[in-house]
Amino acid sequence: MTGGMTGGIWLDVLIAVLGGAVRVGTPFLFVSLGECLTEKAGRINLGLEGVLVFSAMAGFAGSYLTGQWWLGVLLAGCSGAFIALLHGLISSLPRVNDIAAGIAIMMLGAGLAFYLGKPLIQPQAAQIPALALGAWSDSPQLSAALSINALFPLGVLLALGLAWGLKNTGWGLKVRMVGDSADAARALGTSVTGVRVAATTAGGFIAGLGGASLSLHYPGSWNEGLSSGQGLIAVALVIFARWHPVKCLWAALLFGGAGALGPALQSVGIGGYYHLANAVPYLLTLAILVWTCSPRQSIRGAPMELGVMK
Amino acid sequence: MARARDTAEAIALPLLALAGGLLLFGLFVWFGGHDPVQAWGLLFQGAFGDAFSLQNTLQRAAPLMLTALCVALPARAGLTIIGGEGALVLGGLACAALPGLLPLPAGWVGTALLLLAAAASGAAWIALAGWLRQWRGVNETISSLLLGYVAIALFKHIVEGPLRDPASLNKPSTLPLPEDLRIGAIGAWEWLADVHWGLAFGGVLCLLAAFWLGATTHGFATRVVGGNLRAARLVGLPANRLIVVACALGGAAAGLAGGIEVAAVHTAANASLIVGLGYTGILVSFVARHQPMAIIPVAVLFGGFLAAGSLLQRRMGLPDASVQVLMGFCFVFILASEAWRGRLGELFVLRKPAGHEPAGAPA
Repeated sequence: MTGGMTGGIWLDVLIAVLGGAVRVGTPFLFVSLGECLTEKAGRINLGLEGVLVFSAMAGFAGSYLTGQWWLGVLLAGCSGAFIALLHGLISSLPRVNDIAAGIAIMMLGAGLAFYLGKPLIQPQAAQIPALALGAWSDSPQLSAALSINALFPLGVLLALGLAWGLKNTGWGLKVRMVGDSADAARALGTSVTGVRVAATTAGGFIAGLGGASLSLHYPGSWNEGLSSGQGLIAVALVIFARWHPVKCLWAALLFGGAGALGPALQSVGIGGYYHLANAVPYLLTLAILVWTCSPRQSIRGAPMELGVMK
Repeated sequence: MARARDTAEAIALPLLALAGGLLLFGLFVWFGGHDPVQAWGLLFQGAFGDAFSLQNTLQRAAPLMLTALCVALPARAGLTIIGGEGALVLGGLACAALPGLLPLPAGWVGTALLLLAAAASGAAWIALAGWLRQWRGVNETISSLLLGYVAIALFKHIVEGPLRDPASLNKPSTLPLPEDLRIGAIGAWEWLADVHWGLAFGGVLCLLAAFWLGATTHGFATRVVGGNLRAARLVGLPANRLIVVACALGGAAAGLAGGIEVAAVHTAANASLIVGLGYTGILVSFVARHQPMAIIPVAVLFGGFLAAGSLLQRRMGLPDASVQVLMGFCFVFILASEAWRGRLGELFVLRKPAGHEPAGAPA
């Protein structure tokens, strides 16, 4: 064992983590953008964990049955929207809070996905193509790291578009108004419930694209352990990003890198801490929540109607 | 009079919601080309059909009572904790690891120490979520679930690494507990012959929790904090301490559930412990509306559904997740039923007498 060799190992780990930031971070990006839109309208949707699992299953099924990856992606988005719509409707009932509805949707989404996805565990489906940004490089590690999910650029555009739209368009103003002061929105004749259900549903569609990234790109297959809390981490990510879509992008990349640490260490033969390395994203999320939140004042940028911050 | 009506409604609403969940589940399997009546029949038969299935049901109800307390007690103090699975897993790990760390006396003293260790580790884990909430304002629903994932990772690391029994080849486990430290069957009556003492723990702790909330000053103060935090602070109650204690008590119950599962069922800590009992406990507590007394029958009902799951799988070829779907439907209906509270009469009375609410009715 020489110093140069250990250095090489750490370089491999670093490249794998950087590549993983995009690969693992893409689902985080879509779910956090969906959650960001939902929370801007004043509701928190913990059910996006269920949305993620269900849409991953639906996306895989769509691609497997039609042979077209983009039909799978579309189906994932629509099924995500459907599950999120359920959350929106349940939390619109009197005396039902959105957190409890989120727990219910988390369970229901996973249950439905496992039930309907049972026949899908073995087969292979058409995958979302990869953009080979690293084709110029001779290093196989580097070109593997730079081969990125074709949905990722879409996610970047979506982040920029959401940031612009929330700030500059009429519907963006409506969403923000409903999220900051339901009374003001009512006074102006805007339907608070309608806007919130619409924002939750649209958020579900966006999160569904994240589900498709899981089952149709990385890891690229459907099984019951596909998501373990990524949806929930993405919810926490939005707090860290202070409800700004572009900051959601950076946060998703950071968490993608953290999530890639376990597999990266294993690929260079350091497997003894595999489970602990996989716990890093959860610990990082907790640490960030502790750092960001404060018991005395609400966080800067938080929608005023958001129950979770009260 | 009004009180009797409230009680009737508190029982009728969850029953209606469960009926709705079962109905929707029937529709769901019907769409898949299965016979819903057969599914309902098998659910009942697999849960309560004969002595064997009844024992199976009670066996599963025992940990559910305890994991439901992990949701109910913090809920009464105003917190929505859903990380019971993590506390359960750590409790099981502590129980399995203790004999390797300490020389334990044989017999019930040793078993009591095992269960104490299990309860303490669960308590610490959930108290941490409560403390993060009070200290930093971190949302406890998110943090408790994240802590649950961390606990499961810790469990897997220790069970597959430092504490692995070299003899456990394809299913990593810790060393089995010595015979004399295990929890045996109650064995008192024939129909309870194989049910272990964990059921008694679950039932007694639910009763104790009801007594604590309903008849002690400390429990009353906790309910005040849960009902109106600002008012509680105004009258000088130590809200932070009460909340963290309620979380710790709930966590202790879930940790105990893990300890009992290891000491009575699995005899060692391994992946069989991670089957979602903590998550089912969330639903049990919501259906029981966070009332410890109501948790006992609700836990038996859902223990029955879990027990019937394998029958649905064998006889009808339904996926093993069918019980999970049923539970998801029940959860949605339970929440939706809240909207009907105070208006249940309208469902049955077609024509209401014109006029207003009866005068003096409590809001």
